Amino acid sequence: MNPKLTRRRFIKGVIASGAAVTSTSIWYAANGAERPAGSVERLIRINVNGQMRSVDVAPQETLASTLRYKLGLTGTKLGCNRGECGACTVLVDDTPSYACSVLTHSVKSMRIETVEGLQSANGDLHPVQQAFVEELSPQCGYCTPGQVMAAVGLLRANPNPTREEAQQGMAGNICRCGSYDSYLNGVMRAAQIG
Amino acid sequence: MAYMHIGKDFVPPDVVGKVTGRIKYSEDYSREGMVYARLLTSPVPHGRVVNIDAAEALAMDGVFGILTADDVYPDGEPQSPGLKVLTNEPTLVGEPILAIAAIDEKTAETAMAKISLTIERLPFVLDPLDSLEAGGADAYTGGNTFVFREGFAQEKWTTDQVASFRSGNEPTAEAQQSWAYGDLEAGFASSDFIHETVFSTAGYPHMSMEPRSAMAYWENGKCYLHGTSQSLSAIAEEMAGIVGVPLEDFVFINEATGGGFGQRARAGSIPSMAIPAKLSQKINRPVMMRVTREEEFTIGGARQGLQGWIKVGFRANGTMAAMDLYCISDNGGKGGGGDANSAAAGVSALYQTEAMRFRNSSIGTNTGHRGAQRGPGENQIMAIMAPIMDKAAEQLGVDRLEIRKLNAAQNGDVSGQRSEPFTSAYMPEALELAAKQFGWEEKKGRARQTNGSKVRGFGIGQGYHNAGRSGMDGIIRLMPSGRLQIHNGVGNLGTYSYASTSRAAAEVLKMPWENCDVITGRTDRHLPITSPQDGSNSIFTNTRTCYGAAQDLLGKMKEIAAMDLGGNPADYDIDGARIHQIADNTVGMSYAEVAQRGMELGGKYTGEAELPEELNTLTQLSVSRLAGSALMGIYHDPRHNNNPPGFAVCLTEIELDKETGKFQILDMVNIAECGTVVHPQGLANQLRGGAVWGIGLSALERHLYDPQNGLPASSGFWQSKIPTYLDTPLNIGTGWVDLPDPENPVGARGIGEPSMGSVSAALNAAISDALGGHLFDAAPVTTDMIINHLADVSSKAVPLAQNNFRG
Repeated sequence: MNPKLTRRRFIKGVIASGAAVTSTSIWYAANGAERPAGSVERLIRINVNGQMRSVDVAPQETLASTLRYKLGLTGTKLGCNRGECGACTVLVDDTPSYACSVLTHSVKSMRIETVEGLQSANGDLHPVQQAFVEELSPQCGYCTPGQVMAAVGLLRANPNPTREEAQQGMAGNICRCGSYDSYLNGVMRAAQIG
Repeated sequence: MAYMHIGKDFVPPDVVGKVTGRIKYSEDYSREGMVYARLLTSPVPHGRVVNIDAAEALAMDGVFGILTADDVYPDGEPQSPGLKVLTNEPTLVGEPILAIAAIDEKTAETAMAKISLTIERLPFVLDPLDSLEAGGADAYTGGNTFVFREGFAQEKWTTDQVASFRSGNEPTAEAQQSWAYGDLEAGFASSDFIHETVFSTAGYPHMSMEPRSAMAYWENGKCYLHGTSQSLSAIAEEMAGIVGVPLEDFVFINEATGGGFGQRARAGSIPSMAIPAKLSQKINRPVMMRVTREEEFTIGGARQGLQGWIKVGFRANGTMAAMDLYCISDNGGKGGGGDANSAAAGVSALYQTEAMRFRNSSIGTNTGHRGAQRGPGENQIMAIMAPIMDKAAEQLGVDRLEIRKLNAAQNGDVSGQRSEPFTSAYMPEALELAAKQFGWEEKKGRARQTNGSKVRGFGIGQGYHNAGRSGMDGIIRLMPSGRLQIHNGVGNLGTYSYASTSRAAAEVLKMPWENCDVITGRTDRHLPITSPQDGSNSIFTNTRTCYGAAQDLLGKMKEIAAMDLGGNPADYDIDGARIHQIADNTVGMSYAEVAQRGMELGGKYTGEAELPEELNTLTQLSVSRLAGSALMGIYHDPRHNNNPPGFAVCLTEIELDKETGKFQILDMVNIAECGTVVHPQGLANQLRGGAVWGIGLSALERHLYDPQNGLPASSGFWQSKIPTYLDTPLNIGTGWVDLPDPENPVGARGIGEPSMGSVSAALNAAISDALGGHLFDAAPVTTDMIINHLADVSSKAVPLAQNNFRG
């Protein structure tokens, strides 16, 4: 538990994070009381899109749940919630990861990036987003945030992939509309945009 | 014809929301005080709920209530096999029996575990033929089939009849449904090559990426339902009926839908959306019902499996003289679809057979909920037909491309049970374009060439679907600001049709696209009725309504200009910003001025009088709520004539490894013949997406059920494997014939479904080609089937059943 946590600081943190004040662990945290022996600290701070967010996280909570239901970042989609489809792909320390299969507690010291964090402050789309618009890569769009994050991760690791490398790099993301060709066109265009 | 918008790419209004994650699907919404529903579903494939004891669950802190079938259907459940909101008579594993609402999902799950459900097991069946056999189980309580307007019925064959069919012979039992045209006997008598076989195609789930989650609340007597559908306004009336609320008190909110593919077109196929609405009404709180992937598998729909017998006769020159088709359709646990009939209509349209007979019996099984799935029927049968066409070509010494041209649909041709003419048809042109783009003449000599264990195969496939409707309505408004608001109820499932069809209105009014707003996303934005967005109809149907509404508005603009500036309406033209005299373009009014003048005049100009008499109920409601707000164009579309077809042609080259049974698609082009192209990028997406679906049908996807307990074994993306990046070619070439159809004002017809059938056909033909012309007479053709064939054990190996007799 953060020894510097005060009731005022805690409440400000919760308001900033948009988290609901409901759990007993938060009560312990807010009142400076020791949590029960053997329990897991629930009020943690995680780095999401460059901002430190205070959030109440259950021990078994997935990153997808935290992002969607605690932090209101609903751009991260749940298609299967069991590591099959990639709709929930986010970057954890630059690596594309299925947020449905990552425990939030396991990434609290890492940088998490979601689709909401890509657009620049002046409103410019990220090159991958811009390229996906120009190529009309999405169809229904439900898998798109995951495809975007997978492409961003791929291009950070390999800024100039061949189409084959892009295909391999994106292969963890399913698109039921079958827009793979259009997404690959987008990835290749994004690599050109830089 | 030179168009301003038609045939041009544009940025659909929702695409930025899709790449930024800002666009909201039903589960992305929340509401103050919202509680969460979880479903208790059937653990057995067929049963009857005897008792539900929820006392302990309801006594828990944080539990607000339950909803059962008795709440939803106080007068008893409807006597039909269709999907119900909740049921006490489940006919498949996973069918929702009750919903429980709690402060959070964990509490709801804990409470659900405290519910004591007593359910009587009933006999179940997974294969229609098992049900047809004397003594075989029936999928439904009242029988194994449902006869329209008559109810449940039981159909049985003799043991000999079933055994004979299983042995590969023509079924001898009388079929439930049949039609025919031409002289079948004479056709076969005149044939120089006849192919006769049994066949089977697998059913498989839709697997939309977005599970069908829904959230509902009630406010001031109105029900607000955040749901998912592929047909926004077409859903509303039926969904209001299922919820039990008058249409005027029902608001359906659906900005985006994460895939539909046929199973979210009509309210009857997504009645689960009524659960949070009914539960919210009962407990007086907003209710979110998140649907899991497993639940989506169960209630999310599936393609019908077909098994049957087909006999095709060809004359020496390659023309198809006769076709005889008998299907046994797997209707699954909740009724079914019309796949077999569509399959028959499809082969009639594509191959122009001179004589044809179609027979079908639809039989229930305790498997997934069957219904329309992208190209239902046509796309399965094309995968069976394409290798047969190649076999006929080989036997008769006709080129594989030429035999298709010989039998291709052209202008003036007819098809189907009623010999209905096409509105237009250019299949020979599509075949030629596809062959040219693919390089058929240069490449075809490589067929069956080997390189070590690998062998090349080529396939030509054709797809068809009836692709257009009419009789719908259009509403547009010219606002006092001069902007054009196009109200469009098509639904947003990824085709961008809601936007591309709206451009027909902008086209008529020469309106720059940046001055147009597409009004959609929720029914309280006052939308016109549209046809459900299925059957590849949207581009045809709704360009007609948008175009018609714009013509109505243009006429009113001219009347107002003539009234105020002199002359006759015919003396005026528009330029996208002003209406002016043709003779002197300095005499005119801006669009804003004419809209303001229209509002002063009121009456018919603002939707308050002289409305088209035939307007649908929903459109009438929308117009009444918009009346007086702007200068309005209101239109009811009359019926069109004849059958607007969507056609597609695919050519592909594969390399099949005889050691592993796997193949790689080396090249593929998919060409559209769908009238005038409205939105090139959208069309290319349909051709590419259809191709991926075609690969799934021909090579991968199938339902699997545990035969002992009837449990689904393929409820995930990897168990009922859908194609991934690595199953699809690195590039899919696209193209289009782009010749206008006379029954559409901009010349357009649909394409979404044929773009899949062409590929399922081409790929099956290519596999057959690589294997020296071997016909599997099945879809999918999976790796194990190929290996078993090569090892000559296919007749013995049935480890990966498709839930039908052929394994």
